[in-house]
Amino acid sequence: MLADFFEYEFLRHTFLTGLLIGVIAPLLGTFIVVRRLSLLADALSHVTLAGIAFGLFLDKKFAVGITPLYGGMAFSVVGSILIEKLRGVYQAYQEIAIPIILSGGVGLSLIFISLADGFNTELFNYLFGSVSAVSKQDFLSIAGIAIFIVLIITLFYKELVTLSFDEEHATVSGIHAKRIHLLFIVLTALVIAASIRIVGVLLVSALMTLPVAASMRLARGFKQMMFLSIVFGELAVIIGLISGYYLSIPPGGTIVMVSIAILLLSIVLKRLTWKPRKVREA
Amino acid sequence: MESPVVRFKDVSYAYEQKNVLTKINFSIPKGSFMGLIGPNGGGKTTLIKLLLGLINPDEGSIDLLDQPRDKFKEWNKIGFVSQKANSFNKGFPATVFEVVSMGLTAKVGYLKFLTKAHKEKILSTIDQVGMLDYAYQNIGNLSGGQQQRVFIARSLVNNPELLILDEPTVGVDYENVQRFYELLNRLNTDYGITLLLVTHDTGTMTEHATDIACINTRLHFHGKPEEYNNLTDRDLSKLYGHPVNLVTHDH
Ligand SMILES: Nc1ncnc2c1ncn2[C@@H]1O[C@H](COP(=O)(O)OP(=O)(O)O)[C@@H](O)[C@H]1O
Ligand SMILES: [Mg+2]
Repeated sequence: MLADFFEYEFLRHTFLTGLLIGVIAPLLGTFIVVRRLSLLADALSHVTLAGIAFGLFLDKKFAVGITPLYGGMAFSVVGSILIEKLRGVYQAYQEIAIPIILSGGVGLSLIFISLADGFNTELFNYLFGSVSAVSKQDFLSIAGIAIFIVLIITLFYKELVTLSFDEEHATVSGIHAKRIHLLFIVLTALVIAASIRIVGVLLVSALMTLPVAASMRLARGFKQMMFLSIVFGELAVIIGLISGYYLSIPPGGTIVMVSIAILLLSIVLKRLTWKPRKVREA
Repeated sequence: MESPVVRFKDVSYAYEQKNVLTKINFSIPKGSFMGLIGPNGGGKTTLIKLLLGLINPDEGSIDLLDQPRDKFKEWNKIGFVSQKANSFNKGFPATVFEVVSMGLTAKVGYLKFLTKAHKEKILSTIDQVGMLDYAYQNIGNLSGGQQQRVFIARSLVNNPELLILDEPTVGVDYENVQRFYELLNRLNTDYGITLLLVTHDTGTMTEHATDIACINTRLHFHGKPEEYNNLTDRDLSKLYGHPVNLVTHDH
């Protein structure tokens, strides 16, 4: 059943890329979920779409070949910095930054799409993901991004966890909360841009949050939750990619449905193993 | 006499137009157990935010461990257990060990990892607050009183000289409040940690603290618990500006 994935080079690239985003999406997703920033991922994925549409527009009208991946990445990173700036402006209503950036992303996408004379299949692939869209060059770029992200998360793990758990305490103890947060949000933007080829704009935030939601119910401790999320993310990507390919369904759809199945299973499992236990007072 | 750990000189602070603290002068002697009391909205949390550098005074100055606050760098010598610690995100799946290790993050520094010695220190600190049996439990599954002990351990792991606690016993039942105070007394007498404890539970406070300060926009009282207990109800009403039964608790 896996044979096609090893035989055809384009499928092999898709598969390997899938394995990479199965690691980095839930990895960043762990921090996104515990900080209650799931909508942030949605906003950034729509900004990424604007970047991709911009790339397609340039390509179509002026034959300037910037890879859509880079266009998406550039827009996503700029969008993430803008969100931070907006959160600073609206201190008391920080979440308003998210709909502003999300609608801005959709608006820009529409403009570039119509300037490029409308929808095409390539754009459809970016919306819902595709098994056939990953070139060797894309794969190499995404591998580079993945290595970079794992490295940065490892180096700043303790700061990221400390800040996510208790921002006030982190600030008081002398951690540069603003800078660490900016780093985190830029990493999120990179992960989204890298994941969009396979899961698509509309569902990328699901791959970042659903495996985490499932592992949250089972894990003991943050590190365990992080590893379990990656296991679930990989499962979803592998099963989703293969079934999507054989059923001719965009993999975004199948990956998300597998993630939801895992989530439901984890809820059932928790019900079955959970015994009411009175917590003793110390 | 040894110089105080904290010194406020003529400190005033207002949120927008509203005066919250006016000309506060007070100091915390080294080794003392200072109880900071006052009615809700009296400015206690604001005073702590000023101390910790989260906000800046409009007037006056603050010294920490003999240095002006703005030049102060040794933040790991000051531990802080927030008023909000008991309303934190209970779903956050961190173990007791992980939470206490967060206390070391800033001290260990960027691009460095926890060593074996750090991990031993974390476990011995968890033991110190009597939570070793729970070291690998998720913090969200513990009771309010247990969580407060963990948050104290998160500060203690740095060997602080001063530990500040903002209303740590809200939502903890009477018996556990007593055990909580026993822990604080031990930290104060056995480990020599200076304590600043904010509460509006004056009854329990006067039994345990070595010094009492009473704040309601202005500093209305600063002295020993005995002197505070000798104040008549009329004195207290004057200090607070309204009848005292609103702020004392009967046990
Ligand atoms: N961030 C803020 N913005 C505006 N007013 C505030 C803020 N925080 C506190 N206050 C006001 O300042 C006063 C003192 O608050 P606080 O220091 O929290 O008192 P306490 O801790 O003694 O209950 C209260 O009247 C409160 O409403
Ligand atoms: Mg308060």
